[in-house]
Parts: sequence; C-alpha cells; structure tokens
Amino acid sequence: MSRLRPSPSQTVGPFYHFSLTVKESLGSMTGAEAKGERIRVRFRLFDGAGAPVPDGMIELWQADAAGKYRHPADTQEKNPDPACCGFGRLATDADGACVFDTVRPGPTPDGRGGCQAAHISVTVFARGLLRQLMTRMYFEGDPALADDPVLKLVPAGRRGTLLARPDPAGTWCFDIRLQGTDETVFFEI
Amino acid sequence: MKIYPLPLEGDHPPLLHAPYAATVQRAPSMPPVPLPHTLSELTGPLYGHNPIGETDNDLTRQHAGDPLGERIIVAGRVLDEDGRPIPHTLVEVWQANASGRYFHSVDQHPAPLDPNFTGSGRTMTDENGNYRFVTIKPGAYPWRNHPNAWRPAHIHFSLFGPCLITRLVTQMYFPGDPLMPYDPISQSIRDDRARERLVSQFDRDLTVPEWALGYRWDIVLRGCEATPFEEPK
Repeated sequence: MSRLRPSPSQTVGPFYHFSLTVKESLGSMTGAEAKGERIRVRFRLFDGAGAPVPDGMIELWQADAAGKYRHPADTQEKNPDPACCGFGRLATDADGACVFDTVRPGPTPDGRGGCQAAHISVTVFARGLLRQLMTRMYFEGDPALADDPVLKLVPAGRRGTLLARPDPAGTWCFDIRLQGTDETVFFEI
Repeated sequence: MKIYPLPLEGDHPPLLHAPYAATVQRAPSMPPVPLPHTLSELTGPLYGHNPIGETDNDLTRQHAGDPLGERIIVAGRVLDEDGRPIPHTLVEVWQANASGRYFHSVDQHPAPLDPNFTGSGRTMTDENGNYRFVTIKPGAYPWRNHPNAWRPAHIHFSLFGPCLITRLVTQMYFPGDPLMPYDPISQSIRDDRARERLVSQFDRDLTVPEWALGYRWDIVLRGCEATPFEEPK
C-alpha cells in the first residue's frame, strides 16, 4: 500500500477559547483521592521580545505518582491511579500565565531499560505558531536529573530552561521563552 | 507495533514564515532537539476529557433556533500513514459563523454574531475512523496581518490520535476559495500537494437533497505499521 503523507499543521489562531478551553476544570488534573504529592505549577509564556503571550494554550501530559501512564502502551505491571487523569489544558491569560493543580509524577521507563527523571510533557499552541511546540518540565533539585537520558541530549548550558523552580509559596514556576535569550529547549518528537 | 517516522521536509509549514507576521517573534530561533520516543511520547490522552453531548457534532442544533447561513455536512475519515483508520479518537472543531464572526470577545470586526450559532463542535471517530459534523459554511473574515488581509473560509480541527506524537491542530479549507493564494497561513505550507491536503472536496454523495451540501475531508495523522522505507526523491 502506498504511504499517505500526514495532514499539515496550521496555527490554533487567536479564537479557540470558546471551544477548546471552556472547561476551567482542565486545569485541575486530579481527583481528591489521587495518590502522591500535590503540586501547583504556574506556566508563563513569553515571545521573542520578552512580552507575555496572552493567547497561547498549554497542554500537559504526565504519569501518575507511581510513574504509570494511563494508556495501553504503558505495559508496566501496575495499575494507573484512576484519580489521576494525566491530561491538562488551559489558555494563557493577559500575563501569559496559567496554573495547573496536579500530582508530582513518578519516574518513568525510557523504553531502553533505563529510567527517566520525573517530568511533565508540555505542548504549546499559539497564534503565530504554525506547529505546536513540545518541551518537558523537570523539577529542580531532583537527584535523578543527572542521569536522565533526555536531558543528556540537551547542551548543558540550555538544560536549565527545562527546570521548574519553586516560589516561596511552593508553586512550581516554569517559564517558556519562545525565542531569544534563554530560549526554551523544544524537542522534535 | 506502530512506529512514528519523522515528518518529511515540506509535510508541515516552517515555524518562521515572515508573511504571517505573528511568527516573527514567536518562532523559536534554535533548531529543536531530536527526542527518541519514550513512553512519555508513545502515550497520550486517549479517553476524552469531557463527555460528548448529543448535539456536539451538530453545530446547527445547539440553540433554540436555526443559525443563518449555508448548512453543510463535513465528514471524512481519520487515518494513519498506511491508510488504516484511527477509531475512537476525539475530533474538536471551531469556526466563525456565516458572517465571518467568531463567538469570541477579541473578534470585534463589524459583522453580526448569530444568537443561534456558537461554532464549536466535538465528536469521536467511529470504529472505522469516520467522523461527521453538521454545521454552517463559515464566512471569510478580515484580519490585520497586512493591508486588505482576509482569511479564506476555514474550520479549525484539533485531533489527538493514539499518542502525543500524533497530536494535530490544523484548518480545513473549501475548494476553489479565491482567497487562498493571498493567505499567508495556508501558503506557509510551501508544497502545493501538501497544502491541497487541507482542502475539502465537494461530495455529491454526502450531500443531502434539499437540505445540506456535503464536503469530504480525510485527515492523516502520523504513524505506520511497517518499517519506513526510503521515499523516492
């Protein structure tokens, strides 16, 4: 059978809110019974001029506290936490920000016999982005960072762009810079 | 086991396309770091994050009255690169009304809102990858990208597919739209054949007599069953 080519991507545009981000609940990614450490994560999105991007959209995907993905491709012998949906989606506000409540994910297999440090997969959409951007949020201070196979692929001087840092209130803060000084590392997947 | 070869050059638009002005300060300047696919990418949200409502796939029945404009049916299949259907995957759509106005506070161009049309829909593909929406043909609308700039009529689509790698947000266009050659968003796809993949086709079999015109549009997400072979140049 001759192969088909994928449908090309186009921008999400500025007018998606009334359809894609109506449910504020998509910022609250776990039920009350979810196992693990509760965390709050604040994302901010900036353009190449350092201005906040007020019309972006952030999607998150993560494993539960035990490092299990709620997906059949995850064949680890443990049950996913039914109170951890793993998916979140919010629009950025006038400050380029959005806040998710979730649990800290556990470490996950890398598919090659090794282990990945705890991380959340982050997809960025916006007016002016003709394709979505993929990045990862890791946790500053995690001892497993040193052995993470994906971080090792990133030039050492840029790894810091993938680390969330806690503010005095304990909220993990992750700034995404689309362009310019301290540009966030994005991945081709 | 499905594998996900990288897209070929020209399958997707480049991130920087200066005629689309908003890309200039938003496109990353550094090349992306290639990431071998781990469990984090080979999984993804599968189960739908909201239940699908009864009128979610019929955008003409979401209010008390009938919306204004040309009623249409938009239907097709969601496939992988081998042409295999992708069943039970979420398809989300949003669009302007027949006057070219979005149900959105930022859209203030002088065209009327329609109290009987929001322009938001969702459905799941069936076991054969089929989806179907009833809606209104969206109008063209002006934007401020360049003097006398107009977007061709389009419907936004958002799809998940089986995992994070297959995520796709795109736009469906209509055949013969005279605005497309002047539209920097669709023209950001430089390959003519690739751009044509976003244009729906009028389909007389899908058309319901004395009720609605039919447009067929198939969507291809990444992924194949077999080891990829070298494409002939």
